[in-house]
Amino acid sequence: MALDGHTPGGPLAEKWDRHRFDLKLVNPANKRKHTLIVVGTGLAGASAAATLAELGYHVKSFCIQDSPRRAHSIAAQGGINAAKNYQNDGDSVYRLFYDTIKGGDYRAREANVYRLAQESVNIIDQCVAQGVPFAREYGGTLSNRSFGGAQVSRTFYARGQTGQQLLLGAYGALMRQVHAGKVELYPRHEMLDLVVVDGHARGIVTRDLTTGKMESHVADAVLLCTGGYGNAFFLSTNAKGCNVTASWRAHRRGAYFANPCYTQIHPTCIPVAGGFQAKLTLMSESLRNDGRVWVPANKGDGRTPEQIPDGERDYYLERRYPSFGNLVPRDVASRAAKQACDEGRGVGATSRAVYLDFADAIRQDGEATIRQKYGNLFQMYEEITDEDPYRTPMRIYPAVHYTMGGLWVDYNLMSNLPGLFVLGEANFSDHGANRLGASALMQGLSDGYFVIPYTLGGYVAGTPLPEINTSHPAFVDAEKQAQGRLDALLAVDGSRTVDDFHRELGLLLWDHCGMARNASGLTQAGERVREIRDEFWQNVTVSGSTGELNQALERAGRVADFMEFAETMIQDALSRDESCGGHFREEHQTEEGEARRDDENFAHVAAWEFAGVGQESVLHKETLEFQNVALTQRSYK
Amino acid sequence: MSVSTSRDGRGGDCGCPRAASQEGDGAGGAERRQNAMSVRLRVWRQRDPQDKGGFEEYDAPRLTPDMSFLEMLDVVNEDLQREGQEPIAFDSDCREGICGMCCLVIDGVPHGPGRGTTTCQIYMRSFVDGATITVEPWRARAFPVLRDLIVDRSAFDRIIGAGGYNSVNTGSAPDANATLISQARAEEAFDAAACIGCGACVATCKNASAMLFVSAKMKHLNMLPQGKPERRERTVAMLKAMDDEGFGHCTNEYECEIVCPKEISVEHIAFLNREFLRSQVITTGLRPAVTEE
Repeated sequence: MALDGHTPGGPLAEKWDRHRFDLKLVNPANKRKHTLIVVGTGLAGASAAATLAELGYHVKSFCIQDSPRRAHSIAAQGGINAAKNYQNDGDSVYRLFYDTIKGGDYRAREANVYRLAQESVNIIDQCVAQGVPFAREYGGTLSNRSFGGAQVSRTFYARGQTGQQLLLGAYGALMRQVHAGKVELYPRHEMLDLVVVDGHARGIVTRDLTTGKMESHVADAVLLCTGGYGNAFFLSTNAKGCNVTASWRAHRRGAYFANPCYTQIHPTCIPVAGGFQAKLTLMSESLRNDGRVWVPANKGDGRTPEQIPDGERDYYLERRYPSFGNLVPRDVASRAAKQACDEGRGVGATSRAVYLDFADAIRQDGEATIRQKYGNLFQMYEEITDEDPYRTPMRIYPAVHYTMGGLWVDYNLMSNLPGLFVLGEANFSDHGANRLGASALMQGLSDGYFVIPYTLGGYVAGTPLPEINTSHPAFVDAEKQAQGRLDALLAVDGSRTVDDFHRELGLLLWDHCGMARNASGLTQAGERVREIRDEFWQNVTVSGSTGELNQALERAGRVADFMEFAETMIQDALSRDESCGGHFREEHQTEEGEARRDDENFAHVAAWEFAGVGQESVLHKETLEFQNVALTQRSYK
Repeated sequence: MSVSTSRDGRGGDCGCPRAASQEGDGAGGAERRQNAMSVRLRVWRQRDPQDKGGFEEYDAPRLTPDMSFLEMLDVVNEDLQREGQEPIAFDSDCREGICGMCCLVIDGVPHGPGRGTTTCQIYMRSFVDGATITVEPWRARAFPVLRDLIVDRSAFDRIIGAGGYNSVNTGSAPDANATLISQARAEEAFDAAACIGCGACVATCKNASAMLFVSAKMKHLNMLPQGKPERRERTVAMLKAMDDEGFGHCTNEYECEIVCPKEISVEHIAFLNREFLRSQVITTGLRPAVTEE
């Protein structure tokens, strides 16, 4: 079945304006009568909850952390893009749009991306008014840097903590509305199910993580702002608590999951050090502005980096991509690192790392300049690895970082289930098959501050929403199922821990659905996922009870959902028989080892409908139409 | 139960073999890292807020110096679960020192050994092989223990709700470059804005004062032009909220600055005191209510 993205008509630059005019408005006096549920308090969730409450809606905001300020947007380092063209260097809304479409390897919806570029300028204004301390020039104007393969300087940043400062701005706005009584805040609450009544999303079932109490919440619309699924891989740069449960539970209730095979593997992370490791740490991409990536030219070169003369080093990014060099997009840089290591030229104890070397930059600009630019990152690197990057090159390796796929949404950010909206990383919409650096913060805030306030109003104003309460059979049933699932997890009483299963699943996905995939590997992995899942339900051990603070139980529920989700991810990767962006099918590459797209057969969004655990999901395609940009092979040479 | 803290109690710049590893090559470093170590843990266990709680001891064998402290706890928890026991409950999330969720008092010091780091950024190389390590939750009346090492820090959220923002609705902002802010001022505001809201300042303070936390947010906003219109109201409201939540007052011990993972300076507290005095002068009518702001 073909899916309709409900993209408005008219020229690209006028679509959003026209659409905003066409959307119905909610009478201001009626807004407070509408309760809206916002799950997640990252950039998308906090900005949406605050803005909707400012407009007068009654908002309930949920998060699994102890405070909304902890959501993982807080960890974003590099910056946020905006087409302000403050640097007068040729940027424009159209250029940001074009770069984002191209960077996504032509697998995103044109109209959404254009709107994102348009709203980007408003985000910066809003955040500065909130007091976000962006970097400034001596004259007092805002400073920009070039980032993530862009050839203009459009990235606004706050040291290496841009995500933190943007989130604290949105969190402040949210807490202001909580204080004013417009938002009811539910920290340490986890959404365990979506409640659908007569085909409309009308509420959620949650578990109070402190007491274990199961609760139902009714609303006129539900907004999922619950982030990505990167932790399916166990090791990632995500926070420990990041999970797919809210999205997956909505998927099981009918929401389509789009492009789950698109995962961004970030090229500059600290390599895995041992089997006990709980997470991977990102080293900001901005380091590639001054660091040079290299491996020894010869296989199995056991010398220390200092002992290897320049002539015996291979600066492979500079060699392969002379015009972009070390600044090629993330997917390209990651793949090149993997290839170098596969060739036996990796470095460090595990041989799964490449050097990121600042020696030339230090020689050129002085250690003080480098310290000023990257001091906090260098310090973090030294704390983790016990090595001093001012003296010896950093060792880096790609790691799972961001997921471009997510629940399918139309132009209004509404899923195929009426009343269920999905914002930020949790939706699939704007980054295609590869996200550019400094674009995630932009999308989260664009969705929350500037898109949803309009499109949600259009839905609420134009949809009859009969009054219901939590005694409705759909709520009673959903609550019973959620409780039953927790009881089932506790009842297994096996001998392997949740983390043990999670590690095995993660490693399997990393090996077969990571930086490179092929049909036979994916097929095997699919079978293996089913086996691991079966064993999980027969042999997992979860201690404690449901009626208390029980972290083992929380993790068990999330990992159980990752096990179901992983199969859909693999199915999508298998069915997308082309290479594009972060999805690299080894069967489809150019002679030089670059990704080869198949626009004739795969210029579509693959949206999967749940058909039961272990059942093949049903594919729905949304054809991507490119009326403004010509599809070309991405070239960074 | 009181938490005693002293500079002497911090083992951050201990004699771990850092210098040696810089000379050695990658392989030598790896060899050193594989040298197993073990520690004994004395951990606070408390079933729920009503439970009296107490210390229990656990062995943590088969460790490596490159493990983080929380990864060590993960390993201990895995073992406990395999033995059918309940794991130690503790908070953590980003594990890269920015979300502010992790909060352990290690050997009497919030966030343990090491200056300017969170609990999650502490590595086992900071401890000696065979050491006994005491692990406790934050202790403060305003941060009740929920379970084991997990506390309720929602009081901080309520303080922010009282005034930790600029009241600017979405959509009503002027162009971002319309207000010029000197680089020095922006940097100074950032130094204050870097607070991650972990609450270590409260946990280490004998008065359980939240002055460092409150002053950081207040200074971040009050010193920027965008924050000026609400300067007075913010000051009064945030301090009132702080008092209402049961945090104590500052008696200038400066322990908060020492344990702060973001090295927030106590100078912000002086700023807060000035702002408070200023707000009182204005509200008591000694000066006209409308000033240069």
